[in-house]
Amino acid sequence: MFEVIGNDILAPNLHRLTVRAPRVAAARRAGQFVMVRSAAGEERIPLTIGDADPAAGTITLYVQAIGASTRRIVAVPAGGALRDVAGPLGLPTHIANWGRVACIGGGVGTAVLYPLARALAEAGNEVTTIIGGRSAQYIILKDELAAFSRELLITTEDGSLGRKGFVTHALDDLITDPKLRPGAVFAVGPVPMMRAVAEQTRPHGIETVVSLNPIMIDGTGMCGGCRVVVGGVSRFACVDGPEFDGHQVDFANLTDRLSTYRKIEAEHACRLAGKETV
Amino acid sequence: MSATMTMKERLAIGRVRMTELDAVVRSRNFEEVNRGLSREEAECEANRCIQCTHRPCVDGCPVGVSIPEFLERLAAGDLAGSARILTGDNALPAVCGRVCPQETQCEARCVRGVKGEPVAIGYLERFVADWAMAHADELGRPQLPASTGRRVAVVGCGPAGLTAAGELARRGHGVTIFEALHDTGGVLRYGIPEFRLPKEIIDREVARLLELGVAVECNVVIGKTLTIAQLKSAFDALFVANGAGLPMMLNIPGENLKGVYSANEYLTRVNLMGAGRDSQSTTPILLGRNVAVIGGGNTAMDCVRTARRLGAERAMIVYRRSEAEMPARVEEIKHAKEEGVEFLVLNAPLEIVGDGEGWASFLRCQRMELGPPDDSGRRRPVPVEGAEYDLPADVVVNAVGTRANPLLTATAPDLDLNRWGNIESDERGATSIPGVYAGGDIVRGGSTVILAMGDGKRAAAAIHDYLTGGGAA
Ligand SMILES: Cc1cc2nc3c(=O)[nH]c(=O)nc-3n(C[C@H](O)[C@H](O)[C@H](O)COP(=O)(O)OP(=O)(O)OC[C@H]3O[C@@H](n4cnc5c(N)ncnc54)[C@H](O)[C@@H]3O)c2cc1C
Ligand SMILES: Cc1cc2nc3c(=O)[nH]c(=O)nc-3n(C[C@H](O)[C@H](O)[C@H](O)COP(=O)(O)OP(=O)(O)OC[C@H]3O[C@@H](n4cnc5c(N)ncnc54)[C@H](O)[C@@H]3O)c2cc1C
Ligand code: SF4
Ligand code: SF4
Ligand code: FES
Repeated sequence: MFEVIGNDILAPNLHRLTVRAPRVAAARRAGQFVMVRSAAGEERIPLTIGDADPAAGTITLYVQAIGASTRRIVAVPAGGALRDVAGPLGLPTHIANWGRVACIGGGVGTAVLYPLARALAEAGNEVTTIIGGRSAQYIILKDELAAFSRELLITTEDGSLGRKGFVTHALDDLITDPKLRPGAVFAVGPVPMMRAVAEQTRPHGIETVVSLNPIMIDGTGMCGGCRVVVGGVSRFACVDGPEFDGHQVDFANLTDRLSTYRKIEAEHACRLAGKETV
Repeated sequence: MSATMTMKERLAIGRVRMTELDAVVRSRNFEEVNRGLSREEAECEANRCIQCTHRPCVDGCPVGVSIPEFLERLAAGDLAGSARILTGDNALPAVCGRVCPQETQCEARCVRGVKGEPVAIGYLERFVADWAMAHADELGRPQLPASTGRRVAVVGCGPAGLTAAGELARRGHGVTIFEALHDTGGVLRYGIPEFRLPKEIIDREVARLLELGVAVECNVVIGKTLTIAQLKSAFDALFVANGAGLPMMLNIPGENLKGVYSANEYLTRVNLMGAGRDSQSTTPILLGRNVAVIGGGNTAMDCVRTARRLGAERAMIVYRRSEAEMPARVEEIKHAKEEGVEFLVLNAPLEIVGDGEGWASFLRCQRMELGPPDDSGRRRPVPVEGAEYDLPADVVVNAVGTRANPLLTATAPDLDLNRWGNIESDERGATSIPGVYAGGDIVRGGSTVILAMGDGKRAAAAIHDYLTGGGAA
C-alpha cells in the first residue's frame, strides 16, 4: 500500500496527489512514470512522476480524471492509500544544453511537462514555456513553471487567460523570430496538440520531443500493448519511451490505437453511473 | 492391499481416465477442465506402478521426483507419507501435476508405457499435492533450522523464484522476493489460464512460503526501482529469475491495427487483470467474433481456448507447419479441439488487413505444404504457389514466442549475456558476478515450469554453499 499524503484539486477534474513511495522517489528521474492501481480489480494505468522528494520519500502525481481508473485514483483522500505503485518506469528525458528550448504543455500534459522543463532549466537551457487550455480554470502550474522559465506564455481557447488561441500560435512567434528561435522543442499534451507542434517545427528542422501516452498494461516491456510506430518501426513506449522524436511518430496510429476501448469504456461508465443512481 | 497384489493383477489394471468438465459447458467458462481423481481412482492407478528398481521414470523428471516411492505410499493408502515424499522433492507439485508435459518427461520413460499406457504420474502427483494442501495440518509444519543470518534477494516471483525462495528459507536463510507486477506467480498467474491452473493454487503456495518467513515485495522492478548493485550491497546473494517476458513481433503489415494482441497482452488482460472473466475487473478486452491465434505452442492453445471462453464464434489456430510439428502438449490440443477450436494448419500469416477504420478484419494467409526436412529434421513448410486467401478475424493474437526482457540485464553491465540476451550461467546457476545466480526462462529462453523450478532448486543449493563456505561449484 502506498499512502496518499495529500490530494488537492488544481483545476476541474485535475488533482495533485502526494504519495509515499520512498524507493520510487529515490530512483526517479525527469520523464519517468509509475504504473498505478488504486485497488484490487482496478486497471493498471501509467502516470508521470511530476515531482519527487527523496528525503521525504514522496512523489507527486498529477491526475486528470477522464475515465473509471483515474476517477477512482483522484477519489482517494489524504490518509487513504493506492494499492499499487510501481516504477520509476520508462527512459528518463535526455537532458542536454540546447541553449534555448521551448516547452509546451496542454491540459494535464502541463504537469507531465513540469519536471522535464525544470530539468532542462537546471541544465542551463533558457526555457520558454507555453501552456494552453480550454479556459483559465484549466491552466495549471503557472507559478511553478514561471519560477524557472525565461518567459511563460499562456493561451486559452476562449481567451479567458493569456492569448486567445492555441499553443501553436504562441510557438509560431518564437520560431519565426531568429532571436527567440529554440534549439529544441518539448511538447506534452493531447495527441492532436503534439502532432500540430511536430508539423509546425518540421519544416524548420527544429528537434522536437513528444511524450506519448498509449494504453499500457504492465509498463515493463512484457505485453507490447503500448507499441507506437516511430520512424516506421514499432517501439514499446514503456521501455523505449515515453519520449520520442516527434517528427518520426505516426500520430494517426497512436490516435487510432488510443480509441481501442472507447466503446467499452463508455459502456462501463454508463454501468457505473447507473449503479450509483440506484 | 498393494503389498498383496500380484504383478499380474497390477498389469491387468487399465489407466485411469481423468474426469473432465463437459466440453460444451466448459468452452464458455473458466472453471478447471480436469476435475482430479477420487481417492479410489488414485490408489488404484498407483497400483499400476510395478516399482521398477532402475526407476526410469525418475530419470525423465527434471527434478528427480521419487516417483515409485510416492506411488508406493499412495497405493498403500498412506497419503501423508506419500505427500511428504512428493513435497520433499518438488516445491510446487500441485502446479507440476497440472502443467508438466508428462507425456514427454516422466511418463515417457515409464515401463508400463512400453506395452500399453504409462502410469498416470501427473494425475497422481496432482492428487497427492491437492490432498496435501487440504490436509496441511496433518502433515505438520516443517521444522525450520536456526536463522543463518544470511540474506538472499530473489528477483521474480515465477516458478524459479518461488522454488529457490522455499529452498533457501528451509536452509535458514532470510529471503526477500522482489516482483515487478502487483501479484505473485509469474507466468503461472498472468500466462497460464485459470481453466488449466486455478489461481488459488498459486495463492496457497505463496502462503506456504510466507509461513517459512519469506518476504514478498510486489511492485518492485529490479533495474528500475532498485538496481542489481543496490541488491548486492543489501543482500549476501542474489537469484535472478525474471523470466522471458518480451513478446516477439510478427513483423507483418497490419500488426498495429486495433484488435491485434500479443499473447502476453491477451493473457495478462484476462488472467492477471480479470478482463472478461471477473465482473469486478475494470480492465477491458476486445471480445472477437472470429479470433485467429497465430502459433502452435502451449501459449497459442491457452490464447485460443481463452478466446472461446470469451465468446468467440470461431476460435482458430493458424499454424505454418502441420499438427505433428506443434510444440503444444497433446492434451491441450485435444482439449482445444473438443471445445470447438478450429485448427488451420499449414497456413502462414502474411498480413492483417484492416476494415478501413483501423480495426483488424482479415488475416491474409498463405497455404503451405510440407517440403523436405530442414536442419532440425522437421519437414519445412513451403508456400503453395498462388494459394493466398483472407480469413475473417476481428481479433488476432500473436503467440509466436517471447524473448529475454532486457529491462533488468541492461542495467547490470557486468552480467554476461548470450547473443539472445539470456543470462549466461553455469550448471549450478552461477553468473559472471560472484554471488549472483540465475535460472528459469531468463537463462533458458522459453522452457517449462519444471525446468525453471529445477534451476531454482539447484541455484538454492549453490547459494547455500556459497553462503556457508561449503563446496564451490
Ligand atoms: C507514460 C504515460 C504517462 C501518463 N501520465 C499521465 C499523468 O501524469 N496524468 C494523467 O492524468 N494522465 C497520464 N497519462 C494518461 C493516463 O494514463 C490515462 O488517462 C488513463 O490511463 C486513463 O484511464 P481511465 O480508466 O481513467 O480512462 P479510460 O476510461 O480508460 O479512458 C477514458 C478515455 O480516454 C482514452 N484513453 C485511454 N487511455 C488513454 C491514455 N493512455 N491516454 C489518453 N487517453 C486515453 C480512452 O480511449 C477513453 O476515451 C499518461 C499516460 C502514459 C502512457
Ligand atoms: C501462456 C503460457 C503457457 C505455458 N504453459 C506451460 C505448461 O503448460 N507447462 C509448462 O511446463 N510450461 C508452460 N509454460 C512455460 C512456463 O510457464 C515458463 O517456462 C516458466 O513460467 C518460467 O518460469 P520463471 O520463473 O523462469 O519465469 P516467469 O514465470 O516468467 O516469472 C518471472 C517473474 O519475474 C517478474 N519480473 C520480470 N522482470 C522483473 C524485474 N525486472 N524485477 C522484478 N521482477 C521481474 C515477472 O513479472 C514474473 O513474475 C507456459 C508459458 C506461457 C507463457
Ligand atoms: S514434476 Fe513433472 S516431470 Fe516430474 S514427476 Fe512430476 S509431473 Fe512428472
Ligand atoms: S517406470 Fe512406471 S512402473 Fe516403473 S516405477 Fe516408474 S512409474 Fe512405476
Ligand atoms: S505496457 Fe506492456 S510492453 Fe509496454
